[in-house]
Amino acid sequence: MGILTFKGGVHPYDGKELSKNSPVVKYLPKGDMVYPLSQHIGAPAAPIVQKGDHVLAGQKIADAAGFVSSPIHASVSGMVKGIEPRLTATGSMVNSIIIENDQKYDSIEYTPAKLEDLSKEEILARIKEGGVVGMGGAGFPTQVKLAPKEPDKIDHILVNGAECEPYLTSDYRRMLDDSEKLIEGLRVMLKLFDNAKGYICIEDNKPDCIAKLKEMVKDIPRIEVAELMTKYPQGGERFLIKAVTDREINSTMLPADAGCVVDNVDTVIAVYEAVILGKPVMDRIVTVTGQGIKNPQNFDVLSGTDMAELIEAAGGLTDNVSKVISGGPMMGFAMYDTHVPCIKTSSACLCLEKDDVADAEQTACINCGRCVGVCPGHVIPARLATFAEHGDMESFQKFDGMECCECGCCSYICPAKRPLTQMIKSMRKMVLASRKKK
Amino acid sequence: MEQMLHVSSNPHVRDKMTTSKIMQLVVLALLPTTLFGIYNFGVRALLVVVITVASSVFFEWIYDKLMHKKNTITDFSAVVTGLLLALNMPVSIPLWMPVLGSAFAIIVVKQLFGGLGQNFMNPALAGRCFLMISFAGKMTDFTVPAGGMSNLYDTASGATPLAAMKAGEAVDFVSLFVGNIKGTIGETSAIALLIGAALLLFMKVIDWRIPGTYIGSFAVFIALFDIFNGGFDFYHLLCEICGGGLLLGAFFMATDYVTTPITKNGQLIYGCVLGLLTGIFRMLGASAEGVSYAIIFGNLLIPLIERWTIPTAFGKGGKKA
Repeated sequence: MGILTFKGGVHPYDGKELSKNSPVVKYLPKGDMVYPLSQHIGAPAAPIVQKGDHVLAGQKIADAAGFVSSPIHASVSGMVKGIEPRLTATGSMVNSIIIENDQKYDSIEYTPAKLEDLSKEEILARIKEGGVVGMGGAGFPTQVKLAPKEPDKIDHILVNGAECEPYLTSDYRRMLDDSEKLIEGLRVMLKLFDNAKGYICIEDNKPDCIAKLKEMVKDIPRIEVAELMTKYPQGGERFLIKAVTDREINSTMLPADAGCVVDNVDTVIAVYEAVILGKPVMDRIVTVTGQGIKNPQNFDVLSGTDMAELIEAAGGLTDNVSKVISGGPMMGFAMYDTHVPCIKTSSACLCLEKDDVADAEQTACINCGRCVGVCPGHVIPARLATFAEHGDMESFQKFDGMECCECGCCSYICPAKRPLTQMIKSMRKMVLASRKKK
Repeated sequence: MEQMLHVSSNPHVRDKMTTSKIMQLVVLALLPTTLFGIYNFGVRALLVVVITVASSVFFEWIYDKLMHKKNTITDFSAVVTGLLLALNMPVSIPLWMPVLGSAFAIIVVKQLFGGLGQNFMNPALAGRCFLMISFAGKMTDFTVPAGGMSNLYDTASGATPLAAMKAGEAVDFVSLFVGNIKGTIGETSAIALLIGAALLLFMKVIDWRIPGTYIGSFAVFIALFDIFNGGFDFYHLLCEICGGGLLLGAFFMATDYVTTPITKNGQLIYGCVLGLLTGIFRMLGASAEGVSYAIIFGNLLIPLIERWTIPTAFGKGGKKA
C-alpha cells in the first residue's frame, strides 16, 4: 500500500510540535470529580449510587440505560456528594454524579481474563461493562459498533490513528507509548470478526509511529499498518474508509455497510483494558496545548477531573489568551467557562491567543470555488450556506446539504471568511428537527 | 474568571487568504503587463490607467455612500476592475471614455446587480464592450501618440498583428511575444502576461482549468480551421495564441471568480466554450478580435453549465460499498 487518501480536505497549521514530545504526565485531581451521565451517544446512563454512598475507583456508578448506552465508573475513591446538572464542554448542562475525592485511590479488584478463554459474547459483554465508547470524539458505545448485523461481512477493522485535527497529540503519544496495548486491543477485536484484517491507520506526519508499529506487526498475521496522507479530515470515518478500502458510504450508511469497523486508537486500548485486564474506562490522555497555555503538554487524566485544574497544571493561561477549546481547532467546542469535567471523549484542551474567527473580516462570497475544492463531501458549501441563509430547506436538501459532515474545511478555506460550516450546521439541525416532527 | 473568553462555532482557525489579498495579488500579477504597456506606449498609457482605476474606485465608493452601504473599496475589487478596463483600451482613447466605461462597469454591471459576487458578467469586459459598441472608432484606434516607443514593430497597414494576419499579411512572432506591437495597453506583451499568470498559478489564486481548456480548445480550433483551409500552420497558431487579447483574457478575465462556474467540471466546460467562441469570432467574424465577446457571452451560459455539473455527493454515486 502506498500513501492513502481521499479527495478534498485542507492543510491547516498543525501545531503538534508544541506538545508531541512532552511525555505523558499522570495528573492527580484536587477538587471534586464530576461524571456527566451522558458521555456517549444514546440514552444517558442511569445512576446506581446515592448521595452519601462511599465508592471505590473502578466501581460502576451508573449503568447503561438502553441498547445504545454505556455505563460510567468512578475514577477515584470517595463520597458521592450529589447528582445534579453541571456545565459540560459542549456548553450544555448535563445531569452528573459528583464525587468528593478522598485522595486514597482505593480501587475495586479487577478480574483479568485470557483472550483464548473468552467467547465472542463474553468479549462484547466485558467491553460493555467496561464502559468503552468511541473516544475519538463521537462517543458511540463500542459494544454496539462491534456487534453489526452481519459480522461475517466485516473484512476491515480500521484503527483510526490519523489524528488529523491540528494540535492534538494524545493519539500520537498513545501509539508510541502504549503500542503493545494497541496491538493487543486490535487482536481482541479481530477475534470478533473472523473474516477481517486489522489496519492501524496513521498519517505520514507521524513517521516514528508508523515505523514502530510496522516493525511490531510484521510477524503478526491479519494486522497491517496503513500510511495515510497528512490532510484534514483524514480521520473522518467515511474518509478513512475511502482512503484504505476505496469504498464510499454516504451519511445514511454505517461503516459496516462498507464491511468496516472504525475505532479510534484510544478506544482500541480501552477495549484491551476492559477485556483483558477487566479495567473500565477511567482515564485518557488529554493534550493541553496552544499558544495560550504556558507549558503545553500531555496528561493522563482521570475522567471527571476539572479541566481548569489541567490548565493550572500546565502553567496556566497566558495573559493574551482569547479562546479555550475542548478538542481540536477544526471541530472542537469553544468554552466560556473552563470549569468543565474531562470525559471519555475529551481529547484536548486547546488554548489560543489569536482568535481567527473574531479577527476575520467578512466580505460577500466571490464565488471562488475554494470551498468546493476542499469539501470532502463533494457538495457546494457556498450554495448550501446561501440556502441556509434564505431558510430554503427544500433546495438545501436537494443539493445534498444533509451529506455535510461538518468538518469545517469550507469555513477554514473561505477567503470571504463566511461562516459556511456554521450556517450549514444550523440548517441541518433544522431539517433534522422538521423530519422528527413528521 | 480573570479573562473573558471568545466563543464561536467551529472551526476556530482560518486560512490566511482573504478576498482583499486575492484582489491585491491579481493587481500585482497585472503589473508586468501594465508597466510594459507604459513603456511601450508612453506616459499617456499611465494616465489612462490612473484615470480608469481612480474612477472605478470613485464610483464604487460613491455608490456605497449614496446607498448607505458598507464601504467596499478596501476589498480591492474595484481596483482590479479599473485596471483590467484600462488594459483593454487603446492608448489614444479620449480621457473621458475610461471614466464613462468605469461608471458603466461599476454601477450598472456590478452594483445594480448587488455588488461584489452578484454581477453576472465580468464588469471590466462589459465596460469595454459597452464602449466598443458605442464608440467603435475610438476604441479601435491604435495610433500611438508622441512619447511612445519609436521602434514599434509595424505591419504594412499599421494595424494590430491580428488584423494584419486576417488581412493576409505576415507578422513577426518575436515582436508579438515581447510585445512591441500595437494593441490595447495591456494585451501586447505575451511574456509580461505569462509572468503575471505564473504568479497567479503559483499563489493558487487561479488554477489551470479555465486558462488551460480555454487556450487548449482555442488552439485545437485554429489548427483544425487551418487544416481545412490550406494546411496546418504552426506559426499562425502561435501568433494567434500570443496575439490579441487571448492571454490577457484567458488568465485574467476568464478566471474572474464571480463570473465562472463554481463547479470544477463546469470550469472545464466553460474554458472549452470560450476557446471555441473565440476561435469562431476571430476566424469567421468581421473583427480580428473575439476574446471580450467570447467571455461575456460565456458568462451568460454559466447558470446552465453549473446546472449540468453539480458534483455527486460523497458516497452517493461512485464506488458503492
